[in-house]
Amino acid sequence: MPKANVTFEKLGTTVTVPAGTRLIEISEKVGASITYGCREGECGTCMMRIVSGMENMSERSVLEEKVLQENMAGRNHRLACQAQVLGGDIVVKA
Amino acid sequence: MGTLGAVALAPDTYWVGALDPGLREFDIILKTANGTTYNSYCVRGSAGVAVIDTVKESHAGEFFTRLEQVARYDEITTIVLNHLEPDHTGALPELMRRAPQAKLYISGKAQLMLKALVKHDDLAYTIVNTGDHVDLGGRTLHFLNTPFLHWPDTQCTWLEQQGILFSGDVFGCHFCDSRLFNGQVGDFRFSFEYYYAHIMRPFREHVLDALELIEPLPLSLIAPAHGPILRDAPRSYVQRYRQLASPLLHNEIGKDNKSLLVFYISSYGNTARMAEAVREGAETVNGVRVSLYDLQGGGNLPFVDLIEEADGLAFGSPTINGDAVKPIWDLLSSLAVINVRDKLGAAFGSYGWSGEAIHMIEDRLRGLKLRVPIKGVRARLIPTDDELESCRNLGKQLALHLTGNIEHRVIAMSELMNQEQNHA
Repeated sequence: MPKANVTFEKLGTTVTVPAGTRLIEISEKVGASITYGCREGECGTCMMRIVSGMENMSERSVLEEKVLQENMAGRNHRLACQAQVLGGDIVVKA
Repeated sequence: MGTLGAVALAPDTYWVGALDPGLREFDIILKTANGTTYNSYCVRGSAGVAVIDTVKESHAGEFFTRLEQVARYDEITTIVLNHLEPDHTGALPELMRRAPQAKLYISGKAQLMLKALVKHDDLAYTIVNTGDHVDLGGRTLHFLNTPFLHWPDTQCTWLEQQGILFSGDVFGCHFCDSRLFNGQVGDFRFSFEYYYAHIMRPFREHVLDALELIEPLPLSLIAPAHGPILRDAPRSYVQRYRQLASPLLHNEIGKDNKSLLVFYISSYGNTARMAEAVREGAETVNGVRVSLYDLQGGGNLPFVDLIEEADGLAFGSPTINGDAVKPIWDLLSSLAVINVRDKLGAAFGSYGWSGEAIHMIEDRLRGLKLRVPIKGVRARLIPTDDELESCRNLGKQLALHLTGNIEHRVIAMSELMNQEQNHA
């Protein structure tokens, strides 16, 4: 199964995960300080910054795009409850 | 109080708000011994009239009566919303109905709230930021983007020609006195401090950002959205905010050193022994000041002040009836008034049968947005030497994290999940 390496910058931890894992699952297990609200992509609470490796993340869904726009997010922001890692290396600010 | 009309703050600038002297509890969390006011203001220029904020819906009648004393609805060109909480926007839909030509000015972050409050399909508004202004003809409203005071949407509005700052909830308080001005109302000092402590304190960094914008202004008057209008010595309230937003405790250890606080409570001395081991481990790392506190010997308030300044927090609790004990929850539930985001957190404790407390505390710490990278240590009843060594290691790892000396860890997701299963 393809793997991805997700590095939580502030935590100083890299987690090797199966492709397709959502960031929420990883950050909760590893203890990163990402806060979750609805967990369904509606509230924007879990908005977080991708430092590098955005190309290794799933595309934004219509819902995620809408919520990110409403929260005036930059192009390097994602909702951790929606974004899946697809492979390669990803570094997040958390 | 019902006979109080619109009150002039300056030529062509009026208070048109509402008094709510019967209120005793605001938004569940705040007490008030004499009610509050919902302050709304009206500014007349030669080319337009602005209404700045409205009032709670239940008090809309008073607001409209006062507004009608100083302006006709067809004259209103501008509605500024400094903050969209319902106590300031309750009368907005009706005001928009009566003055449909008026343009709304809000901060960017206010859009979501505005759409949720006013369910118009063709809702029109203008987003403003610091540097933007609206000219009413001889009266210019400048906008200051001051987010998170205390909602993401908050802004202040500066009336240049009269030196008036319409500050929204900033510099406000829940205090109702129909004499309105700070030099004439009763003693509201406690209310001012209490309001800051509960509403603004969690957003201390944002208060400091806002003060950078506010302090240079040649203030003649601060017109907040609640409580007395600050006409006498307005700058002293700005200075007080600067004091309140600065660290409450003198930092004795210097910026390069980190502070780790270890809190515990213990029934038989076992969790206490673990706490001491956490301290011992942390103390082996240079650059970390470790402090140990027994929750049985202290009230929450001083601990909240200490926690606000600390970099890392460890909580030790026994498990009683499948839960952490009440003093732990009392302390953790007191942290809503400060910002603890990104501090380092950990939990440990002794237990008899099940030991759920540690996991529950860790979950709560994550909920409070702390980083909890190191699994807590649990010991059944009397901790063994190995378990005490694990506590020392926990303390050391926390200290290494705090000083940035932790080795980068690489771990497989499957291993994390196994750890969790073993932990549960």
